[in-house]
Amino acid sequence: MTAATEATHVLLAGGHKARQRKDRTMTVLIWGAFVLAAVPLVSLLWVVISKGLHRLNGSFLSHSMRNVFGGMDAGGAYHAIAGTLLITLGASVIAVPLGLLVAIYLVEYGRGPLARAVTFFVDVMTGIPSIVAGLFAFAVFAIFFGPGIALGVMGSVALALLMTPVVVRSCEEMLKLVPNELREASYALGVPKWLTIVKVVLRTSVAGLTTGILLAVARVVGETAPLLIAAGTTASINFNLFSGRMMTLPVFIYDQYKQGPVPCRAGAAGVCIPTINYERAWAAALTLVLIVVVLNLLGRLVTRLFAPKLR
Amino acid sequence: MTTTPTSPAAPTAERSPRRRPRRHADTERGFSRVFRWVTTSAGVLLLLVLAAVAVFLVERGWGALVASPADLHANGGLPKQYGNLLAFIGPLVFGTVLAAALALLLATPVAVGIALFVSHYAPRRIAGLVGFVIDLLAAIPSVVFGLWGTLTLSPVIAKLWAWIADVLSAILPGTVNATPTGRSLATTSLVLAIMILPIITAVSREVFKQTPRLHEEAALALGATRWEVVRTAVLPFGRSGVISAAMLGLGRALGETMAVLMILSPGLGYSFQIFDAGKHQTIAANIAANFPESAGLEVNTLIATGLALFVITLVVNMAARAIVARRKEFSGAN
Repeated sequence: MTAATEATHVLLAGGHKARQRKDRTMTVLIWGAFVLAAVPLVSLLWVVISKGLHRLNGSFLSHSMRNVFGGMDAGGAYHAIAGTLLITLGASVIAVPLGLLVAIYLVEYGRGPLARAVTFFVDVMTGIPSIVAGLFAFAVFAIFFGPGIALGVMGSVALALLMTPVVVRSCEEMLKLVPNELREASYALGVPKWLTIVKVVLRTSVAGLTTGILLAVARVVGETAPLLIAAGTTASINFNLFSGRMMTLPVFIYDQYKQGPVPCRAGAAGVCIPTINYERAWAAALTLVLIVVVLNLLGRLVTRLFAPKLR
Repeated sequence: MTTTPTSPAAPTAERSPRRRPRRHADTERGFSRVFRWVTTSAGVLLLLVLAAVAVFLVERGWGALVASPADLHANGGLPKQYGNLLAFIGPLVFGTVLAAALALLLATPVAVGIALFVSHYAPRRIAGLVGFVIDLLAAIPSVVFGLWGTLTLSPVIAKLWAWIADVLSAILPGTVNATPTGRSLATTSLVLAIMILPIITAVSREVFKQTPRLHEEAALALGATRWEVVRTAVLPFGRSGVISAAMLGLGRALGETMAVLMILSPGLGYSFQIFDAGKHQTIAANIAANFPESAGLEVNTLIATGLALFVITLVVNMAARAIVARRKEFSGAN
């Protein structure tokens, strides 16, 4: 009897200790995972800010790279910022109406195999590699304009391909949040379905839709690879999406990085900066990160300020 | 048609005899019908676009697929040491898959840890902070990751890789080389792992949060510690979700271009010397590196490799989504 209780005691207490030790170890490991993920983020933000601030000034933001060569202490990302804004705007013009309509279809009408196929392939499309989107835009335009073509609008098409599924996904979630009672109340008043969708469903979810679209824009604004292929590189300002190559901010970063350190002559310390290209790359990186973060914060703010109180 | 003989005509006597038969459960007239057609065709258009991607890539890559090896060597940018196009794509696919697999290996445990941290360990306020950190990580453009990886991380991490390579050389039969620049596949995979961390974390977290509360409480009532609750109730419930999350991350890592292009010192071949430079190259980075200077058949060759990448990522993503979709039907538990 005593032996049995002794054994039980050992079993319970001994096991208990081991189990508690294991529990504590796993707690430490799981907290460690979080710290591990925070380290690169903090390092990256710190490096981008500390190295980028050095050259991020009015001159950098208001000058292009035209007639800038060697280690000249000049030049900026104005042409790239303009290109990024225009190309992203072009992509939004294509992707937002299409994405919104598809989302409306999925939420309000979607039944049966077609809706299931659309849902599935929207998810699959979110995984298309960005470089493939660039190749697609090139392949489409090369058929009509011949090889070697690079236009701003090609970049827009490539980005729209990446952006549409994101818009669909987030808008779909937002439209699903609209309570059915609102729709039914509208039908009860004799409002036709399309007017119900436009005047009730979309108006109720407008804040959420704006957030979703802003986050989708934030996702594609930093895309590099498709623009490298579709929009090309240039040192000059180009405001025309339909003519000539167009620089964008991410491609500008890559381009400056690729040019690498400048070999300066011995006596040219004042006019030739060896690391000028890296400095421009970091400054442009900081600009890009700022744009992305502002878009993200704006998206969150819109929801917080303008979302209707449903419940 | 509308007034069938069996229907009692009395209550609906004033009904118009010209009524057309209903096709849908709800009546749609005028613009409502147009609107339905507009939205439906938007959905169909999206499917057509995806099909168009495949069609156009095949159309553009066809030239390289049917060209003779001699032609490819002369005009197609095919390196001399490869007999045909497939022999050239092989090492690229190998490099792509190896880099993505290593990234997945590094990212998945950490991502699952963070997801558990958010769903079951962290105090509410810290959980919100973690969500913010992860969202921020997801928002940072890949080219910035590339810049950071090559200029900041590579020189630092090279020393760690050199040490690991020394240790491995002592244990393993062969020698493990490490490059002093750090621009190796190991660094690339590490950065890729950081980049795919957010998506794996986000999907896993959603699945873990769906764990039936009763399962957890049952485990607690049996005297389980917190880790045992996680192991016996949360992880089995979320397993398929984690698998599909990992596959989504894999799809992302396979297609990632800029980080690889900027960090990895490229080379073509089958090699497991992941700490050495000039041994690997991925499809996406190869396209981005060579496309701007290509013309004619060279472009077709690159698009043919892009087609291979498209097919690989499509298969991985479809498998992942199929698992998620199958899960959805079962998760009616809560």
